[in-house]
Amino acid sequence: MNRKNKEVFIKYLFLLFALVSIIVLGLIVFSLFREGMPLFATVPFRDFLFGLEWYPTYDPPSFGIFPLIVGSLIVTAIATLISVPLGVLAAVYISEIAPQRVKGILKSVIELLAGLPSVVLGFFGMVIVAPWLQETFDLPTGLNIINASVILAIMAIPTISSISEDALYAVPREFKEASYALGATKFETIAKVIVPAALSGISTAIMLGMARAIGETMVVLMVAGGAAAIPESLFDSVRPMPASIAAEMGETPYRSAHYQALFATGIVLFVLTLAFNLIADYVSHKFKQTGSATL
Amino acid sequence: MFKMIKKAALGLMLLSVTAGVSFAADSIVIKGSTTVLPVAQGTLEAFMKANPGIQMSLSGGGSGEGIKALIDKTTDIATSSREIKDKEIELAKSKGVNPVAHVVAFDAIIPVVHPKNKVTNLTVDQLSQIYQGNITNWKEVGGDDLKIVVISRDSSSGTFESWDHFVMKKAKVTPRAQMLASNGALVTAVSKNKYAIAYLGIGYVNKSVKPLQVNGITATLETAMSKAYPFSRELYMYTNGEPQGQTAKYIAFVKSAAGQKIVAREGFVPLGDGKKAGKKK
Repeated sequence: MNRKNKEVFIKYLFLLFALVSIIVLGLIVFSLFREGMPLFATVPFRDFLFGLEWYPTYDPPSFGIFPLIVGSLIVTAIATLISVPLGVLAAVYISEIAPQRVKGILKSVIELLAGLPSVVLGFFGMVIVAPWLQETFDLPTGLNIINASVILAIMAIPTISSISEDALYAVPREFKEASYALGATKFETIAKVIVPAALSGISTAIMLGMARAIGETMVVLMVAGGAAAIPESLFDSVRPMPASIAAEMGETPYRSAHYQALFATGIVLFVLTLAFNLIADYVSHKFKQTGSATL
Repeated sequence: MFKMIKKAALGLMLLSVTAGVSFAADSIVIKGSTTVLPVAQGTLEAFMKANPGIQMSLSGGGSGEGIKALIDKTTDIATSSREIKDKEIELAKSKGVNPVAHVVAFDAIIPVVHPKNKVTNLTVDQLSQIYQGNITNWKEVGGDDLKIVVISRDSSSGTFESWDHFVMKKAKVTPRAQMLASNGALVTAVSKNKYAIAYLGIGYVNKSVKPLQVNGITATLETAMSKAYPFSRELYMYTNGEPQGQTAKYIAFVKSAAGQKIVAREGFVPLGDGKKAGKKK
């Protein structure tokens, strides 16, 4: 092999490495659709998406995943409401206010939180949070929306916080200096200059945090309670989509309607996560800070 | 370039196909019901002690999971708390697998409530109405004025199917029911919830929950054996064809006196007594 061929060979080899993750993703998406789509030959798409009854193992079965979608969305929404203020404000504190030492400690603790296995958090929610919620508020069950949302929020905080912090850190020095030079206080500088300048990054962080929450399986399997009904209050149990797939996949005969329905649920989940990522991408371009040469 | 992608894709596929299929001759893989898990665990430990050098692995996942693994030939023994379904037999046959059943123990399914609950007895019909969501308050069945929180195993569980078989008779469990993923999760949930009702395999009932009588009959080892207690069932191990070699030895061990002692120790009903006391269907 002469030098030139070697060069070409290596170039393509590296291209292949770069393509591996794309190929894997492609194959996964392909099989997801291949296994899920045949369901719609027997169950109309509308009945699947908006049906209120999820009785996959009965005869005749009903495959309505609307309660599961509602469960996923509501748990994600509340988790977002909790994790966004906590995550973003923590990022602001770490990047703008905290002294160097505190900053180091906080950053590594938050990273540690990201490394906690979800089953540990789920167990925590099941054995500690659930009984506590139940006792304190005299609820019929502690395995409910609030519990699942709080645990998911804990999982989403590291994502939101660390990406937001990167965004805040990337705000050019001149912005701050200009703001202080105009006589603005530290609070005014943070609230009116730094955060708006980092808004695109922060929005991306939030979207990725939400994507993390909606796809999380173990936590919702363990603490959401698993009731496939549309909740009437925040203290009701729900059955988010990932929990349903994880709990039921074991029982489904290969390529039965139930099996296809679970894959189709996976497609819905995939589309939702994809949507969050696309929105994150769009937002980060749309609100990109302009007006400084360093950005 | 496309050739390369194709090759890579092929390689990946091959890798995923070959992984996990091969196991050595003197290793036994057991997979399936979480109800049978304590029995399998106990007997496996004793068997491995008696036969050093043998490799055994055990995992749960549910009866359906085990049978699926047997059909896919990724396990030697599938444990199950229910009989194999006709559909599963068909699928197995189509893949050249011939599932053979071995009854290894008896189990009883017991409705349980929080220890502070005043209710001590429910009829099968009351249980069915509660699980269908028609009875929603404990005062309707002689308890306090508290909402009933219905807890069930999820539908991949053999216990769920047995409950359907004994109590629900194909009626639908209310969508408001909590569906939890293991017997252990059920115990935790009920022991900490005074509103709750759930059902457990007899091996999982402990002091943290209160077992209920059914139709006035207390579930004990004796009543389960004699089938006087209405919710009694067999626990199975399935193999592909008649078991061979080490697998056969292991199953014989489970059925032996020593194995059945472990069955009793884990809180299930041993075989010999069951055969004496009641007839197998």
